[in-house]
Amino acid sequence: MKKKLMSGNEAIARGAFEAGVRFAAAYPGTPSTEILENAALYKEIDAQWSSNEKVALEVGIGASLAGSRVLVAMKHVGVNVAADPLLTFAYTGVNGGLVLVAADDPGMHSSQNEQDSRHYARLAKIPMLEPADSQEAKDMVRAALELSEEFDTPVMLKSSTRISHSQTLVSLGDREDVPIKPYKKDIKKYVMIPAYGRLRHAAVEERMNLLRGYAEDSTLNRIEWRDKSIGVIAAGICYQYVREALPNASVLKLGICHPLPQDLIKEFASGVDKLFVVEELDPFMEEQIKAMGIAVTGKEIFPLLGEVSPNMIAERILGKELNSLLDIPGYSDEPVPVRPPVLCPGCTHRSVFYLLRKLKLVVSGDIGCYTLGSLAPLEAMDTCICMGASISAGLGFEKGNPELKGKVVSVIGDSTFFHSGLTGLADVVYNRGTTVTMILDNRITAMTGHQHHPGTGQTLKGEPTAALDIGAICTALGVRRVKEADPFNLQELERVIKEELAAEEPSVIIVRRACTLLDKGPKDKYMINTDKCTRCGVCMKLGCPVISKDNDVISIDASLCVGCAVCVQACKFGAIEKVGGGNA
Amino acid sequence: MPKVTSILMGGVGGQGIILASKILAHVILEHGHDLKISEIHGMAQRGGSVLTHMRFGSYVSSPLIEAGQADYIMASEKLEAWRWLPFLRPGGTMVVNTQEIKPVPVILGAQQYPSKILEGLSAISNSSTGTIHAVNALEIATACGQPRAANVVLCGVLANSLPFPLESYMAALDATVPPRFLEQNKAAFKAGYSL
Repeated sequence: MKKKLMSGNEAIARGAFEAGVRFAAAYPGTPSTEILENAALYKEIDAQWSSNEKVALEVGIGASLAGSRVLVAMKHVGVNVAADPLLTFAYTGVNGGLVLVAADDPGMHSSQNEQDSRHYARLAKIPMLEPADSQEAKDMVRAALELSEEFDTPVMLKSSTRISHSQTLVSLGDREDVPIKPYKKDIKKYVMIPAYGRLRHAAVEERMNLLRGYAEDSTLNRIEWRDKSIGVIAAGICYQYVREALPNASVLKLGICHPLPQDLIKEFASGVDKLFVVEELDPFMEEQIKAMGIAVTGKEIFPLLGEVSPNMIAERILGKELNSLLDIPGYSDEPVPVRPPVLCPGCTHRSVFYLLRKLKLVVSGDIGCYTLGSLAPLEAMDTCICMGASISAGLGFEKGNPELKGKVVSVIGDSTFFHSGLTGLADVVYNRGTTVTMILDNRITAMTGHQHHPGTGQTLKGEPTAALDIGAICTALGVRRVKEADPFNLQELERVIKEELAAEEPSVIIVRRACTLLDKGPKDKYMINTDKCTRCGVCMKLGCPVISKDNDVISIDASLCVGCAVCVQACKFGAIEKVGGGNA
Repeated sequence: MPKVTSILMGGVGGQGIILASKILAHVILEHGHDLKISEIHGMAQRGGSVLTHMRFGSYVSSPLIEAGQADYIMASEKLEAWRWLPFLRPGGTMVVNTQEIKPVPVILGAQQYPSKILEGLSAISNSSTGTIHAVNALEIATACGQPRAANVVLCGVLANSLPFPLESYMAALDATVPPRFLEQNKAAFKAGYSL
């Protein structure tokens, strides 16, 4: 059988293909994005970017009830958005199988929090599977779909950054042709009014009992007996870390993290001298095992924050380091500077944050590349909570402190606006707000790697489609002042911002220019004329990585300059000139 | 546990260490090893530090490399070499590009670019606690007609220490590099390999 190196995300998409999935939906979010990008490569799968995770799951629910096998994917915080349909879909159950992939991000490599998705499986009373490598990720998509259809329930598959973005070997199989199941109208099962909801809740509790029995016998859970002085219960990537750190220890490897197999856990616990549970983030398994009256060590020695590692396991369970360290003379003499992510050279967001900082405004931020506007030297963001919160929290700033009226700007990206900005803007208009909403329209979902959205005119499958008009949407939502501005025209942008702040009614400024990484055309280069430069440092306040200061001399790295010329406009002394002569 | 070989690749977002890891992965798999590669995407792509972990052997469990565990480190930038140096195991080998890319805190004057990285690396070499190959990969790649192939030069230097024949790498380049860049990349690889 052919083996291929695949990331967890590629393997999940492959699993969907092989298991006969016909429809897949998602909203991009690290570390889950590549699942749908890869699913879209299979012509047999109708894959789509939805406007947000709630919509993705709801479209998936419809496709499941209509009879197809379905995959829906999102990052952990996306499940918050999709939680409303998820918790009632748990009542209705499925027709075609549905697997919901939630990709957690312990350590917050690219997220605003590190919530533990396993609680959702418990809250919704549905099963959750957790793969430990790409092969299992592929296999568990099929297992989840079969479980979904057998027990009439949505099934969650939990990934994490280390599963989704690690590549391991996978054996490929052929696609199974799973016919569309006949659709049969069933009001009492699919219409959740109170009378029918009560009936379905009983079905949910009965289903959980059956699933507990299933978990006891499933091959997805297994005991690996080795030396019995130490026994460890682990799932997902933690299983790999335990194998690395404690190759001789006995392990109960759980592929089903909800519901837990109680009898299997009891059998394992009684067979080992000392029992540990190794899990990242919350003591999800540990608390349930302790509630069974079993003595187990977990969060007494492992953190509630961030990731676990093999060395941490060796150190905390065996009391010894896994590796001996290199002796590096003088290593701690000088600190090693951090290298944080930055807005790219020529980024269309830079001028916006430069001006918002300069005008000393209260900036209600949102999720995207532009969140980097919060970092030094721009530092032009006062809050960032979740997708879409900028517009509504901006209104709240004005409501909560009248002194801030006329100084509040909400900043949101184009993709984020379609995700969950529209309802917030309706609220601003309805509740007589006067905030300025800046929609930074760079024509793409940039942060996650350039995915299309309802405003771009192209689907995930590459088909042309309607490009929704952001300005017309804002007008339709009741905003009378809808302006457009070019982020590369600093003076004009500043004028528009000031004008809209002065208006006693809601206004929207659409700051429109395609993401600089998409602009493949020829680029001008700029340089600093040191005779004219007064070293005032204004250009340095742009936070452009190509402008640097060395021994009091400011210079531009022409090899990296992409010619946006924002610095040329910021300089009051005309000291920045085009390479090869002439001004901007 | 069977012996696992760990290769860490560090660089700056946008430098393109993906190609170097693809070339190595191709060679490692052709020789029948188990292999795990771990990368961080997302925020790290916007000019931040990027890190790829590669581990191979007859059986690999954890995809991660920790401090003191890397048999080899390939660093595409001097500061990143210094940052990840504690990950090298005693007796390990590091290949470092001497190019400097200043991070934003240094550009802003909030932090200093460490001044004695090359001396520090030499101290490791001189005391025989590790092997360090410091090369100006950008210059070599530019001489081969493709400045963007600096990482392929480094990959060539690293390959000379790995237990695989040169032909395997040439086949890997054939399989991973677009034809119009192939000859320049092969030249860059061989230039690194013969250092």
